[in-house]
Amino acid sequence: MAIIERPTETPARAGAGGLIVATPSSSYGYLRRPVQTTGWKSWAFTVDHKKIGIMYGAVAMIFFFIGGFEALLIRLQLAQPDGTILSADKYNQMFTMHATTMVFLFVMPMAAAFANYMMPLQIGARDVAFPRLNALSLWTFVFGGIFINTSWILGGAADGGWFMYAPNSSVPFSPTHGVDFWVLGLLMTGIASQVGAINLIVTALNMRAPGMTLMRMPIFTWMALVVQFLLLFAIPIITVALFLLLFQRNFDATFFSVADGADPLLWQHLFWLFGHPEVYILVLPSFGIISEVLPTFSRKPLFGYPFVVFSGAAIGLVGFGVWAHHMFASGLGPISVAVFSVATMAIAVPTGVKIINWTLTLWGGKLWFTTAMLFAIGLIVQFTIGGLSGVTHAVAPSDTQQTDTYYIVAHFHYVIFGGAVLGLFAGIYYWWPKVFGKMLNEKWGRWNFWLMIIGMNLTFGPMHIIGLQGQPRRMYRWTENRAGEGFFNLGFWNLVSSVGAFVLGLGALVFLVNIWISRKNPPAPADPWDARSLEWLTTSPPKEHNFDRIPTVHTLDEFFHRKYEDVGEDGSHDFKQMKTGEQVIAEEEAHADEHIHLPSPSYWPIILAFGMLIIAYGVIYTPLLLAAGAAVVILALFGWALEPPTADDSEFDPPSSDGGQPSKELAHV
Amino acid sequence: MSAETTHSVLPATADEAAHDGSEVHEVSDKQYVVIALILAVLTALEVAATEVGLGSFLIPALLIMMAVKFFIVVSYFMHLKHDSGLFKFSFYVGLGGALVLYSVMLATFHFFIS
Amino acid sequence: MSDTTIEPPVTAEPETPVGYDDGQDHIGLAHHTATGLSNTKLAMWLFLGSECLLFGGLISTYMLYRNRQASAIGPDQLWDIPFTSATSFVLLMSSLTMVLAVSAAKRKDERGTRLWLTVTALLGGLFLAGQVYEFTVFYREGLGYTTSLFSSSFYTLTGFHGVHVAVGIIMLLSLVGMLAKGKIVGDKAETVEMVGLYWHFVDVVWIVIFTLVYLIPA
Repeated sequence: MAIIERPTETPARAGAGGLIVATPSSSYGYLRRPVQTTGWKSWAFTVDHKKIGIMYGAVAMIFFFIGGFEALLIRLQLAQPDGTILSADKYNQMFTMHATTMVFLFVMPMAAAFANYMMPLQIGARDVAFPRLNALSLWTFVFGGIFINTSWILGGAADGGWFMYAPNSSVPFSPTHGVDFWVLGLLMTGIASQVGAINLIVTALNMRAPGMTLMRMPIFTWMALVVQFLLLFAIPIITVALFLLLFQRNFDATFFSVADGADPLLWQHLFWLFGHPEVYILVLPSFGIISEVLPTFSRKPLFGYPFVVFSGAAIGLVGFGVWAHHMFASGLGPISVAVFSVATMAIAVPTGVKIINWTLTLWGGKLWFTTAMLFAIGLIVQFTIGGLSGVTHAVAPSDTQQTDTYYIVAHFHYVIFGGAVLGLFAGIYYWWPKVFGKMLNEKWGRWNFWLMIIGMNLTFGPMHIIGLQGQPRRMYRWTENRAGEGFFNLGFWNLVSSVGAFVLGLGALVFLVNIWISRKNPPAPADPWDARSLEWLTTSPPKEHNFDRIPTVHTLDEFFHRKYEDVGEDGSHDFKQMKTGEQVIAEEEAHADEHIHLPSPSYWPIILAFGMLIIAYGVIYTPLLLAAGAAVVILALFGWALEPPTADDSEFDPPSSDGGQPSKELAHV
Repeated sequence: MSAETTHSVLPATADEAAHDGSEVHEVSDKQYVVIALILAVLTALEVAATEVGLGSFLIPALLIMMAVKFFIVVSYFMHLKHDSGLFKFSFYVGLGGALVLYSVMLATFHFFIS
Repeated sequence: MSDTTIEPPVTAEPETPVGYDDGQDHIGLAHHTATGLSNTKLAMWLFLGSECLLFGGLISTYMLYRNRQASAIGPDQLWDIPFTSATSFVLLMSSLTMVLAVSAAKRKDERGTRLWLTVTALLGGLFLAGQVYEFTVFYREGLGYTTSLFSSSFYTLTGFHGVHVAVGIIMLLSLVGMLAKGKIVGDKAETVEMVGLYWHFVDVVWIVIFTLVYLIPA
């Protein structure tokens, strides 16, 4: 709340002034509004989309390293025959939690971090549509992630694989509480995604600055919007599946008990109805990121912007119609297999369109190989490899051979690491100066990139061979006498893969080193990359109210066109720089808006999320805890409903003098 | 969540104003009662059809009456008929998606053949 | 994504903060949104769209399992169509009273709003009471939650719907209380309308359940 609203005086200054009391004089709901502008409270109760975005990113990064650590233990176990690092039971928990952590607690929230931070900036808004719901999404995700991981110390984690097939997930086969933790934790992160999806869709549609038509929206915002629609319609499906499993395990329902006549395939259908759109939920944000990075560092507009937009939407739509290709080996019957086979091949088309667009964006450009650019190009190459092995799965007979082998593991790691994660790192390097006002070190960035690329190819490349040789995924050890001979010796390639995993881990550590040594870098220039889109039309890091003046948008790549003018003649284009980014931003500052209202911080989102956490423990341990959690939730809901999103002027002491509007002068304190 | 309310918004275009204007399509309370009566009659017909039994026509008849009731409530009580296309998009994509996805799922279980 | 209906306003008054909506009434200071649509209403319709997939999943589970009760008691022995028709009728009529409440709120008729909201909550309560009674009868006749696939999926589906009704009743009663004490944040008529949309949705879900679960013979 530093800049805009009345309680801006810090306590120290208030003491010096002797008169100003920075507490609300009236309360709404049951609690007085939080007013802290520094310290942990200014983060815990914030509704600022930028702070929320940073917290999303930081927490996701922590989970990235936890998930990576789990992956290293898995690779250590498999580096040698008859591995002894992990027991069979611990191994099951390890691969389940590795996948769950990476998918639900790293890639999804990291994409949410970018969407939260960048979407309002890219469309010229001061915040998201529902700032408190935004805080609720963050805290529900954080508590859900912590909740799942506490299962490690409370009797063991979930052990059924990330798709938790029934009936293997039932109590007789998985008697610890691990699966319950998994179910309840995913329900919580699901609530976070669902609320976030509604919030961001309304933001993208309703909060656009004047002139920002849909076809002038920056491409990252477009892809984020498509992803939010996928979440909106996919999360309820997994919610149904999770509830069925929860009731099966805790209330003895029989949804997946074959002995009672159940169809365990019901779980597979519900899971993959969600699970396949989930793949695009993971990868489309990264597609959006590199569609920003590639044009910037090629000094060219994105090739075929409308095609990139519509192929993104098409991927989203078709992504809902291919789920059963995960189930070719489950005896669906020839008609279903044929239908889903064709649909799966069809989805390669819009994806191919994107790859062509990116390549043609690079074509003829003045390429500038920054770390962000390297990661973006890395995505094109690595993701294409994953996409091609994906097409081999669309061919059902071939898929039947590959199902549940390491070939599948190789494929989806090329897609998710090579697609989603490389794109996220491109975004981190690209937007770091925007978010923190400092550049990351480019030299360390290169080490980061090359170690990761070499590491991932060493790790996942050999898995194609291992898989086609028939090593099943999820086997906790392999034996020397069945490893085979010569080039196809499983032992050799397993060792290569394990070494690669450590190279990859080293690359990730270099990223941390980079953050550490970049912490004392001088302030970054306002427009370090000569960027194109609206988020750069403000200072770095942006002010709390984002834009001094809400920009009026005239074109796609608005920021670029404010800097450059077309001096080409007779239909040819020749863009000449007329102003620097700093000048364009200074122009905005000179025409700052008056009367900026920002949403006020609130206790309720974090309290509501905390109530859900208590409920989750209550479901597992005791109804008493459950009741306590429900009481907290109800209390928080009423407090929320009774509290105006923006503090009323009468809440401030002393009240403002200019008729209830925060003044322009204060806005520039 | 009901606290996140907004106040009257201006229609962005004249065209939208015509569709959004509460004067133009405002349904009177009397009309609401008539609509409710239609719904009640349809419910009675549904129950009657079940009691009488229409042979192989029963299930299609019931499904049609269900759909009619559904769309009457959504269109008039929820005002979706005269509301923004974006609201229609949000709701009908969800509804249509559910219908198609779950029908295909049930079809793979040979649900519609038995 | 059809963007034909979305026309961003081309002019913006400088003193109007575009974007974030603070939910307060500044008389004569209407807030623009890029589509001209209310944030809350758009959010509510998106939520209802996603709820279709939630109930769709539960209904499909029931449809798949409705005949799987082995030798245990099945729908044909249990259903009491006249009784369920009566409770369905009650819920249907609560939609009428809800729409009358919204209509009164738009006229700024506070007393009428509170009256119709209360009646709606009462009708909803009556429906829930009917459901509890029905569950009790079924349980006495031998249909426990774990008896069969049919019973598990039946109780789960109707239970989820019942919880939605209960949440709706809490929202209605809170709304009556907050209206009485003048504690509504933002536009009253729109708040009533939002609760109304949710309530009608719960009603249309029951229209589907009533036909698919009760009326169509197993």
